[in-house]
Amino acid sequence: MMSDFNPLQEQESIVSVTDRVVPVAIGAAVTAVHFLGDKAAFVGAEEKVTLVDPAGAMSPVEVAFGGILCSTSDGKRIVMGCDDGKVVVLDREGAVSTFATDAKRRWIDSVALHPDGAVAWSAGKTAFVQAPKGEVKSFEVPSTVGGLAFAPKGLRLAIAHYNGVTLWFPNMAGNAEVLEWAGSHLGVTFSPDNKFLVTAMHEPALHGWRLVDGKHMRMTGYPARVRSISWSAGGKGLATSGADTVIVWPFASKDGPMGKEPAMLAPLKAKVTMVACHPKQDILAAGYSDGTILMVRMTDGAEILVRANKGQPVSALAWNAKGTLLAFADQDGDAGLLEL
Amino acid sequence: MSEATANKIPVTVLTGYLGAGKTTLLNRILSENHGKKYAVIVNEFGEIGIDNDLIIGADEEVFEMNNGCVCCTVRGDLVRILDGLMKRKGKFDAIIVETTGLADPAPVAQTFFVDEDVQAHARLDAVVTVADAKWLSDRLKDAPEAKNQIAFADVIVLNKIDLVSKAELAEVEARIRAINPYAKLHKTERAQVKLSDVLERGAFDLDRILEIEPEFLNADDGHDHHDHDHGHHHHHDHGHGGLKHYHDEDMHSMSLRTDKALDASTFMPWLQDLMAKEGGKILRSKGILSFSGDDDRYVFQGVHMMLEGDHQRPWKDGEKRESRLVFIGRDLPEQLIRDGFERCIPA
Repeated sequence: MMSDFNPLQEQESIVSVTDRVVPVAIGAAVTAVHFLGDKAAFVGAEEKVTLVDPAGAMSPVEVAFGGILCSTSDGKRIVMGCDDGKVVVLDREGAVSTFATDAKRRWIDSVALHPDGAVAWSAGKTAFVQAPKGEVKSFEVPSTVGGLAFAPKGLRLAIAHYNGVTLWFPNMAGNAEVLEWAGSHLGVTFSPDNKFLVTAMHEPALHGWRLVDGKHMRMTGYPARVRSISWSAGGKGLATSGADTVIVWPFASKDGPMGKEPAMLAPLKAKVTMVACHPKQDILAAGYSDGTILMVRMTDGAEILVRANKGQPVSALAWNAKGTLLAFADQDGDAGLLEL
Repeated sequence: MSEATANKIPVTVLTGYLGAGKTTLLNRILSENHGKKYAVIVNEFGEIGIDNDLIIGADEEVFEMNNGCVCCTVRGDLVRILDGLMKRKGKFDAIIVETTGLADPAPVAQTFFVDEDVQAHARLDAVVTVADAKWLSDRLKDAPEAKNQIAFADVIVLNKIDLVSKAELAEVEARIRAINPYAKLHKTERAQVKLSDVLERGAFDLDRILEIEPEFLNADDGHDHHDHDHGHHHHHDHGHGGLKHYHDEDMHSMSLRTDKALDASTFMPWLQDLMAKEGGKILRSKGILSFSGDDDRYVFQGVHMMLEGDHQRPWKDGEKRESRLVFIGRDLPEQLIRDGFERCIPA
């Protein structure tokens, strides 16, 4: 696997695999891409998800009447939050079902999926969780929910909001833990080893907490807001967008990135808009504001060109679970699949 | 208007005290046959009768930016909603943000200055304040929010004028002008204002800062400039276009003017320092400036501490090269500002 990843040391021009990309024309704005088995599922800004097989055959699926605001996937199904208050699920067979409907039909701003199948979503200040066969439980935080993430172990939900993150155990009555940090937290993620919690903030910065002692980690210096984050294989690094290089914060040691400099990979004269780490190897894919897509080896920064700098900012990027397929799309729906 | 500006979605902020007629105006905007589609961001979601395809509930969540500036507040919910809306560009032509009657317009406006993503896709068009002709005078006395909304406005729709006498109308108008002499004022019944008077105003567009004269000095204001009321109020008649002159105790405006070219290297640091120190009191500021050694008009505008400025265009032949500045604010340190400005004028 990945036998092609051999950039020649002395070569002047970058190794390119652009001719091996299967082009896909979605024809409308794409906000995310996930894999259901070996089919890439391009999530549109509204109404549709387009399923595309590795050969490039497209089958669009109507999933919503209006806007699709957020989506997540575990490889078996895609959960989407819509602007008509619905939480919609698309499964591997292409079947669509409504999972939940907000009583006030508010926007569903964020969704999360637990490895055991529990689904979380938020509308306004309220986060909801429904475990398989369980009933819907809800928790209200002091301000609008900015992001949701399930902890890798146990049924524990991180709810990002203004001035911090609330950690809620939906199956335990009463007290939730609050991790405070001034400012607006718009996204949240647990490290795969369950030791760290990281938020993407409204200002161009990340904030992290070591969960065992609540110790703070400030990750700053970005020129733009961080909108895309991805844990590398094994959770050793956290790759992020927001700069003109891919910023990778080290999380391998018990102190995480405290007192350490991040790696800065694949500099271009454009901003990184999307990052996606390979699920098994120390390789990541990065999409840029000028449409460029690169594969980058994290150990030495070697680059392979997947898409040249044409078109709109890259808005979606994902690997399949085996790491054999890379899917991407830009804001205009100009998309592609690369088989490795 | 520059191309970059033209491609951005215009956002109109609709403010006004409770019951002034905001919803009436909003429904008029939405129902009139103008061929445009609006995305409407409202507060009491689902509780007011607004008929529109794209209507989004907001929470008016104001938060401080983490930059150490306490008046640098933004509307976090707007950042989130605009982000969601911008993914669906093409479904609407413009956005209207309705605020609650108690809201301060500043955080809404500042969101458009501070947030890079909002700034990339949307532009603030104007702050439109709907005021109730019958009750505004009372509200200005007892509700600081009402005063903020008047002070902040680019356009004031003075509504329900059929419910007041001519004298009462002159009274309330004078009170508005005491706070904000620069806004466009439209007197209406049932919010019957021409939509072109409230939409696509470009009030925050530097290219459209053309004149900064008090509106009541402009002859096209459509009202008669006679003061019939010599009633029981203690006031001086200054003869500002015939309107009674009130001096609002805390909220007012001031203007500065000189026909001597300013020294940019003295003026700009002074202005920035003034905004950094006194910006909390200065709600809105605007200026057209003539700098020595510069053949371009320089224009600036600000919301509290946030300033933006640019060269606008060359001074025209025969055009009076004059610098004019306007500040609207609460407890303005007028003498301090005047003294500082004087020092920027070369002797």
